[in-house]
Amino acid sequence: METIGIWIAALLTLGIFSFLYKDNPFYKFCESLFVGVSAGYWFVTTFWQVFMPKLADNLVAGRFYYIIGAIFGVMMLLRLIPKIGWISRWSLALVVGTTAGLYFTRYLVSNGMVQVQYTIISLYVKGNLSQTIGNLVIVIGTFSGLIYFFFSKEHKGAFGGLAKLGIWFLMLSFGASFGYTVMSRMSLLIGRMDFLLGTWLGLIR
Amino acid sequence: MRREIPLAITAIVGFALIIVYFIPHPPFNASKDFFEDLFFIIAAFAIWLGCLNLLKVNADKVYLKKKGWPFSIVVWFGFFLMVIVGFWEGRGFMNPGTTFYYLYDKLYYPLNATMFSILAFFVASASYRAFRARNKEATILLIAALFVMLGRVPFGYYLSSWLPEGWRLGNITDWIMDFPQTAAQRAIMIGIALGIVSSSLRVLLGLERTFASGE
Amino acid sequence: MKFLEKLLAVDRRIIFLFIAIAVALPLFFVVKLHIEVTPVVRNLHNALEALPPGSKVLVSLDYDPGSMPELQPMAESFFRYCFNRDLKVIIMGLWPNGPIQANVALEVVLKEPEIMKKNLKYGIDYVNLGYTAGNEVVIERMGSDIPVTFPKDYSGNKTEDLPLMKGVMNFNNIDFVYNLSAGYPGTVEWVLFAVDPYKVKLGAGNTAVQAPQIYPYLNSGQLVGLLGGMKGGAEFEIATGYPAKAVRYMFSQSVAHAVICLFILLGNFAYFATRKKKGS
Repeated sequence: METIGIWIAALLTLGIFSFLYKDNPFYKFCESLFVGVSAGYWFVTTFWQVFMPKLADNLVAGRFYYIIGAIFGVMMLLRLIPKIGWISRWSLALVVGTTAGLYFTRYLVSNGMVQVQYTIISLYVKGNLSQTIGNLVIVIGTFSGLIYFFFSKEHKGAFGGLAKLGIWFLMLSFGASFGYTVMSRMSLLIGRMDFLLGTWLGLIR
Repeated sequence: MRREIPLAITAIVGFALIIVYFIPHPPFNASKDFFEDLFFIIAAFAIWLGCLNLLKVNADKVYLKKKGWPFSIVVWFGFFLMVIVGFWEGRGFMNPGTTFYYLYDKLYYPLNATMFSILAFFVASASYRAFRARNKEATILLIAALFVMLGRVPFGYYLSSWLPEGWRLGNITDWIMDFPQTAAQRAIMIGIALGIVSSSLRVLLGLERTFASGE
Repeated sequence: MKFLEKLLAVDRRIIFLFIAIAVALPLFFVVKLHIEVTPVVRNLHNALEALPPGSKVLVSLDYDPGSMPELQPMAESFFRYCFNRDLKVIIMGLWPNGPIQANVALEVVLKEPEIMKKNLKYGIDYVNLGYTAGNEVVIERMGSDIPVTFPKDYSGNKTEDLPLMKGVMNFNNIDFVYNLSAGYPGTVEWVLFAVDPYKVKLGAGNTAVQAPQIYPYLNSGQLVGLLGGMKGGAEFEIATGYPAKAVRYMFSQSVAHAVICLFILLGNFAYFATRKKKGS
């Protein structure tokens, strides 16, 4: 069974890779199978990991207020019926309200205030030139980057100069991100090559 | 009423959660726990909505004999294969040794992993064909990318081991990531945080209503 | 000149072939490469070393098989490290694939001779709480009540009946959180909803795509350490003294990067050379 499974996995892998040569029915079959299998996995996992422990078991244990969640959930599913699909907006409203309420405080604190706090740092560290330069880079880079994103004022003169500096910092960041993206994508390919050459064909120990 | 009730729900839930941040004591924290417990159930139904919608869309394709309709049957096959096996296995469906685990390992994993791995080829092609140092900004981007790509692999050490400690490719890459890159990402992060705060407030105050009206 | 123009117009399938060879060929060779442990990984390792045996570590696996080559070696090396140091592991997932990916990693690690000697028991030394829908709201709810958030583990056992979970009510009873993340929800959400509100100590392993965005959290101390991509995973394996998959893949990674750099330089050279010729 293990050997058959490895062969199936290898053939499906090659089916997806065949797209690199040209779009073809074998690739389309693998792609459709992937979509169906993913959806099936999510469906089953949600049932056993969420509905059963959180809804069914709680209702059986007498915590009946969970039925409100079930009612809102069924209202969400009614979106599939166009005539009464509008009722799903009530469930969506609860989701949006929860998310907005949580995001309002959490993003303001963690991504706003804490980040600003750690940008207000000493511009001169006695006896440590590299830290001094580093701190200057952080402060100037963050400030000029924020200046660039301020589009309510025309980027002219000194303001424009700072915005230009901000763009350079951003370009440096995007270059670093590109480098990391290449690293990530290559890692994924290495994994599949290892499977094909090692696990399937047994050419690699 | 079709629009007002959802806006009221959003406002009540959202402001209740903001109040709990500042007053995390009873009875306010009970409302937070209540809304969050409901959220889990609704989120699970939302996942099921996505799955059922997928089946509906593919069923329509088969019924109307649209282009590529045989592949919609494959989608249905894949879906029901996992669902039937998963329900049959019971709560221990994720345990190694089960049929579900076998299908996950031999179908889902290779398909998912390979689908993302082909991006490596497209990144390489894009690097060769489109990555051009046309101006100052693009040149900075290119130089940073080259430094990071070489500095983050052992080759960077071998290429620059003749340089003094602290000036090698790996050290330069570390410095780029720790300082200028961090600064730029922080600027983006602060900007996005302010944007999220303002859009959350707009949603809670009912100024943003697209989710409550229209399709 | 014609050669340069032809070079610029090369069929992309030739480029694909070069990349395939660049990635596949190095896998046939076992090359010991110099891998330096960077400070961000060293800090994570030091934070873990400071945990006494018996400490409870919450591991959140927030990825799917699409990110397995980068994050699965991190999961395996982390579990191996925890079991060797007698740290108690509580596994969960914000992505539906998380718990099953944990089982895949455990299947590998628990079969290793050194780990088998420890005679680890499910429910006492490690538990898998499974997945629950809700993304960041799950983290928020765990801050007040973990047993309510995960009333049963991944195979249906009551959480309150598991010996390891006795007394674990919220983040105050967790000594360290380790997150393996491929996107949303992931490390960012753990920082926002666990670190700042509940003062959780957090270490993370990210895909390389996500890693640059996480650096501000390292600078502000919201994150103790970060494993960025496969290189980060390799560094962690070196730091823990058990080089494994990630270290083995680094030769292939290096060659692939070198080829990409050559492509970029060649493409730019051909572009500017043909442009100069056309200009003159």
